[in-house]
Amino acid sequence: MSESVNIPEPSKAFPGIGVSTDQGLLQWISSVDHKMIGIMYLLVSLLFFVIGGAEALLMRTQLALPMNHVLSPEAYDQFFTMHGTTMIFLVAMPAIFGFAVYFTPLMIGANEMAFPRMNAFSLWITFFGGLLLYFSFFAGGAPDAGWFNYAPLNQKNYSSGPGIDYYTMGLLLTGIGSVTTSVNLVVTILHYRIKGMKLNKLPLFVWMVLVNSFLLLAAFPSLNAALAMLLMDRQFHAHFFNTSNGGSALLWQHLFWIFGHPEVYIVILPPFGILSEVFPVFSRKPIFGYSFIAASSVAIALLAFGVWAHHMFAVGLGNTVDSFFSASSMLIGIPTGVKIFNWLATMYGGKIKFTVSMMFAVAFLVEFTIGGLSGIAFSIVPIDWQLTDTYYVVAHLHYVFIGGTIFGLLAGLFYWFPKMTGKMLNEKLGKWFFWLFAIGFNVTFLVQHVLGILGMPRRVYTYPNLPWYGILNFISTVGAFMMGASMLLLIYLVFKSKKSGEVAGNDPWDAFTLEWATTSPSQLKNFDELPVVHGRRPLWDWKKKP
Amino acid sequence: MFTLKLYVTHFFFLQSVENPASFQAEKINHLFNVFNVAAAAMLLLVCVLVTYICIKFRQKKDDAREASQTTGNKKLEALMIGIPTLLLAYFFWQTVSVENAVAAPLHPAQQPDVIITGHQWWWEVEYPASKVITANEVHLPAGKHILMELRTADVIHDWWVPQLGNKMDMIPNTKNYLQVDINKPGDYFGACSEFCGAQHAWMRIHVIAQSQNDFNNWLDSNTTNAHQPTDSLAMRGAYLFQTKTCASCHRIQGRNAVSNYGPDLTHVASRQQLLTGLIDNNETELFKWINHPQQIKEDAHMPDFIFDKDSVQAIAHYLAQLK
Repeated sequence: MSESVNIPEPSKAFPGIGVSTDQGLLQWISSVDHKMIGIMYLLVSLLFFVIGGAEALLMRTQLALPMNHVLSPEAYDQFFTMHGTTMIFLVAMPAIFGFAVYFTPLMIGANEMAFPRMNAFSLWITFFGGLLLYFSFFAGGAPDAGWFNYAPLNQKNYSSGPGIDYYTMGLLLTGIGSVTTSVNLVVTILHYRIKGMKLNKLPLFVWMVLVNSFLLLAAFPSLNAALAMLLMDRQFHAHFFNTSNGGSALLWQHLFWIFGHPEVYIVILPPFGILSEVFPVFSRKPIFGYSFIAASSVAIALLAFGVWAHHMFAVGLGNTVDSFFSASSMLIGIPTGVKIFNWLATMYGGKIKFTVSMMFAVAFLVEFTIGGLSGIAFSIVPIDWQLTDTYYVVAHLHYVFIGGTIFGLLAGLFYWFPKMTGKMLNEKLGKWFFWLFAIGFNVTFLVQHVLGILGMPRRVYTYPNLPWYGILNFISTVGAFMMGASMLLLIYLVFKSKKSGEVAGNDPWDAFTLEWATTSPSQLKNFDELPVVHGRRPLWDWKKKP
Repeated sequence: MFTLKLYVTHFFFLQSVENPASFQAEKINHLFNVFNVAAAAMLLLVCVLVTYICIKFRQKKDDAREASQTTGNKKLEALMIGIPTLLLAYFFWQTVSVENAVAAPLHPAQQPDVIITGHQWWWEVEYPASKVITANEVHLPAGKHILMELRTADVIHDWWVPQLGNKMDMIPNTKNYLQVDINKPGDYFGACSEFCGAQHAWMRIHVIAQSQNDFNNWLDSNTTNAHQPTDSLAMRGAYLFQTKTCASCHRIQGRNAVSNYGPDLTHVASRQQLLTGLIDNNETELFKWINHPQQIKEDAHMPDFIFDKDSVQAIAHYLAQLK
């Protein structure tokens, strides 16, 4: 530790993970320890995942049969709106922040985040934003205009309940939390790295978190501005988006997608980072093409701001505009897609260990390829003109969000759980979970490509009894319930392993990066002694030359 | 019964993107098929590589040797970037050329053949040249280049008939255009494809493509005013339609009913289905609908009226005569 610079040492006055204050829940609520906050982020994510998943199951129950009457149209609209909003803002993002604030300091040899109190503030404001959003159910109805909440359907004259007001307020609050966390991560990474860890030696997870934080800082202002304008429309009779008073319906779409498309990369870059840690460790090799992976994530972050109108090919912007956004969308597909081959090349020639974490990583390669290819379909404007706003999109986005983000996060969970709890996450049951989840996922969403090609629009609460519609939807519903069952298994697995799992030790995977150089879990002060960093795999170097 | 007929038609003639029935849909379908081949090849490549690598480089039980510590290979990386770039360049070229074929530049003086206006949750159809106004079932001539003008009366809707090609949003305060050359007469089905509120699911589209002759005949028969009620029940229905609230939302040409808040009913009895495909069109179904609209199509803008059964029967009987 002699060579480390200016690491603020956490004080015992702040209750942390290694400090027993016998205060139980109060210790968690008052903590500013990045590790406790990281775990709380993950628990918030899990809580909302259960709720968002239940909403999905209700929707799939309604859609199991043609002309079904389980949910009323209004209830269905509220559930699909809340499902999308929840999964993006209250599941994917908190889960990413959970891993980011837990492991960023540990991987760069720091003892804390740069602003520990702000870290706690970010967590709680995000959580309160989520609670406020869900309070809408008790206040007269949840938002019902979809997660992208298009104008003028989001106006008082078409959605008169309070739901969309809760949507704006809730998302503004969680947005504040996201922005402050990003500032915190940027400062931590730029200022608190251990000596010798230049930016080109940063572990790729941290590198992705860094790029991601900048991406988030640039993308959220657009959403926040749009939300504030919408709130003014609804509460003070402004007419930014109110088309009956001369407002613009397309302005909302532009503002939303200028945020919305970078958001897609915000929730995929950190999982890319996780995979770039998992593949090397379980292949016993360094990552293939570190510089490409790092540099291409910067390219993705920049290009992400030039692709938004590919969500709007069907609004009639004209061939010239459409072609421009087609080209930029194809361009961003290259740095995204080529990474698949980087990870394959990392595995090539390795000694692959099929832990559950690695199984999720390998499955990711196939699932994300499917989602990526259907994404390319949407960058080809004429194909988009046919298939946008159909079930083909529903299939595509779930292959990216689940096959990409969630598979990556689950690989991270099985990889880092031993570090976070000191116990192994049961590998045997973990494999059952993997197969149940992966098969359920594909059963649910593969058939939805076909439904889209057969002309089934998305966001419909029911559908006529046309050939194939009934059977394909029924298959999809069966898959959804398999995923639901697998989630119960995961929750059981996590709490069982935490309680009585096999003791992990400091470095169960014989890994490469600094988080494994301390105890599991680490004490309030993360490190007492650290190797000097000369390469990209400091712990590997240290173990070779003790 | 019509629902059954619909099922059978669909079964033998799938309403799918893969079953194009217009010049535009064929163009797009061809590109889609080429793309699918390339995408399948790419997916196959990844699957084969994953399988091969997972089997070949699995950690064996008593193999303690260290894996080779390669960190990169510039040539391989260049290939990994170069090949997808070339493939995408090809698809971009295809994108632009198909775009221009499907949505060719319009002549400023070109008048639309048909104007379709999306409403929550029905379609208003107007033929400007002949001043015919109808609703929900859209008659179009086959074998002719048709320019459609798309508008909305309220929120964003989207016109999409998979077999006829590209979709197009209907944006408030804006006119959008869509061109279509239907190959041959037939029934083509689609649906509103932009979420537009509670009954988005029941905003389905039925296009009836006819030969130019049949289309002209249909158009002629629709320029006429609505038939006068013949029997006493129908007369009572017509009276109720006019004096109760019906006429303030619906249009019947030739009578004092001109609003377009609800669908035009001038020749409503000549349509095959009601409520954009939700129910069959006959007097019984009409009765059920008028008697209790919110039970049939929840949240539709037609409220439950407090009519006695006889009045409902009279109105349904009157409307069923409007061939």
